Amino acid sequence: MVDATADAPRAPHHRPGRLKEFWRYFRENRGAVIGLYVFAFFVVLALGADIFAPHDPTQQFRDHTLLPPFWTAEGSWSFPLGTDPLGRDILSRLLHGARYSFFVGLVVVVLAASTGILIGLVAGFAPKWLDTVIMRLMDIILSFPSLLLALVLVAILGPTLLNAMIAIAVVLQPHYVRLTRAAVMSERTRDYVTSAKVAGAGLGRLMFITVLPNCLAPIIVQMALSFSNAILDVAALGFLGMGAQPPTPEWGTMLAEAREFILRAWWVVTFPGLAILITVLSINLMGDGLRDALDPKLKRS
Amino acid sequence: MLKFFLARLLTFVPTFIGVTLISFAFIRVLPGDPIIVMAGERGLSEARYQELREQFGFDQPLIVQFWDYLTGILHGNLGMSYVTKKPVWDEFFALFPATVELSLCAIVIAICLGIPAGVIAAVNRGKFFDRALMSTALVGYSMPIFWWALLLIIVFSGNLGWTPVSGRIDLLYYFPDTTGFMLIDSLLSGQKGAFASAVDHLILPSIVLATIPLAVIARQTRSAMLEVLGEDYIRTARAKGLAPIRVSGLHALRNALIPVVTVIGLSVGVLLAGAILTETIFSWPGIGKWMVDSIYRRDYPVVQGGLLLIAGMVMIVNLIVDLLYGVINPKIRKR
Repeated sequence: MVDATADAPRAPHHRPGRLKEFWRYFRENRGAVIGLYVFAFFVVLALGADIFAPHDPTQQFRDHTLLPPFWTAEGSWSFPLGTDPLGRDILSRLLHGARYSFFVGLVVVVLAASTGILIGLVAGFAPKWLDTVIMRLMDIILSFPSLLLALVLVAILGPTLLNAMIAIAVVLQPHYVRLTRAAVMSERTRDYVTSAKVAGAGLGRLMFITVLPNCLAPIIVQMALSFSNAILDVAALGFLGMGAQPPTPEWGTMLAEAREFILRAWWVVTFPGLAILITVLSINLMGDGLRDALDPKLKRS
Repeated sequence: MLKFFLARLLTFVPTFIGVTLISFAFIRVLPGDPIIVMAGERGLSEARYQELREQFGFDQPLIVQFWDYLTGILHGNLGMSYVTKKPVWDEFFALFPATVELSLCAIVIAICLGIPAGVIAAVNRGKFFDRALMSTALVGYSMPIFWWALLLIIVFSGNLGWTPVSGRIDLLYYFPDTTGFMLIDSLLSGQKGAFASAVDHLILPSIVLATIPLAVIARQTRSAMLEVLGEDYIRTARAKGLAPIRVSGLHALRNALIPVVTVIGLSVGVLLAGAILTETIFSWPGIGKWMVDSIYRRDYPVVQGGLLLIAGMVMIVNLIVDLLYGVINPKIRKR
């Protein structure tokens, strides 16, 4: 890794910008580019759910319960992906559900990453005893299976979408602490840090401006990973009745509501799960691309 | 070597105390007084309330309560379930074999398919097989397993009628649990068809539970193999004229397995988290379903005790993996 602040003035125009260089490597991974397009497509759908959705996601068409998708004999174009047991349009619910999933992923990642990075930086720079205390605390959180801990936290806080997000952020945050601390540990002894220290940089500057930018690569990859994990976990919590509550069109909750109809109406189960799978898959594809593009060990140049 | 063992054991103790502290805190940060919750809707008199408070030790200072809790754990005392009035410890170990049986089957499937898949992908790097296998692995890795379970039920139980939907064995068969493992017990019972029925019930849940570890193992095996295949001794082996299958299958795989073994060991937590979902969907009477049911029923001593025991299990397995890793790979001991 190069120190951006030290290198920039020396060769300002001859080297491609970092973003451009990153894009060059990212583009080489075809899967990652496909993932990016699918992801972008879903984000647009989620943002424009009000425009694209043919119906209100909670409106119940009592004459049209459990209608199959349009390509089957009984299907109709006014409910393209069929209706659920209460006669709600599945496509509209999926589109609005996408909003919840992306929102949840975003909030959880921001929450987990910001606290995790901060704690990790502190652990990396702190005296040994404090470092030990912090790392033991993280070990404790990591000894619980993540979904179980999230479930119990939600049981304590009460089953709402917000609490599910907090619980998942708590469970994901130790990974950031570990990554940041490990990166700080290896960077801290480098010459550029010593020189910054000698030049009189305070602890805050040292932490956030000198060291942190050089630790970001693994953290960014982890962010992609926990984005998809957050979406999966919140859907799992919703499925167990401990996340978003009906009639919220959240994908996991939709699956839970559809469970008793699985042998009668395959479409009420298939589509929400497919939506989760495609979203998570596209994010993981991007994550793999990010890792290849950012990991200096794998760069071929 | 001994120093490494002792150092690792020393970090185990404070972490374990921390875990007990969390599970201890759990019942005390819950909204509502646990005694009132236990009394249910009938309520109880003031005198009885005081009596119960004393009986459960809630009138003691917190530190004394924690000490009692800690010594209780070491004696195998985790309190009683509000619902069944049985000791949590006994309930846990009565249901634990079911979860172990399911998890073992899942991990065996994951290893038997994941390692060969990773090796084949690495040997064919960049070719069709590699792409096909790794794309499949990524799909498996991204799978919401609760949905995957429902899909498998629709196809194999609903449309094809091949497998049962829930439980561990047909109600037709009855025999005492000698070991708690249905596969072994059904064989021991000597009843015709009992073993086949147990296998039928096990297939779908184990496939579901194996999905994510399988994907992780395949990906890890591939990347470890790629790293090893680039080393000098592999080139030497090739130059000597060894058969390619011998080079990759024996020389390379042996070294590539070290990180894979760690991943397998560390997937215990993943398996237990997956067991929560899998057992709930297939009505598999193990600790995952037991925990979820207890959370629904607000059976707090069970949630508290189960949380502690599950975390304890994960910690012990992780400790063993770490120690084994130290034995396999001498480099790690120096840290």
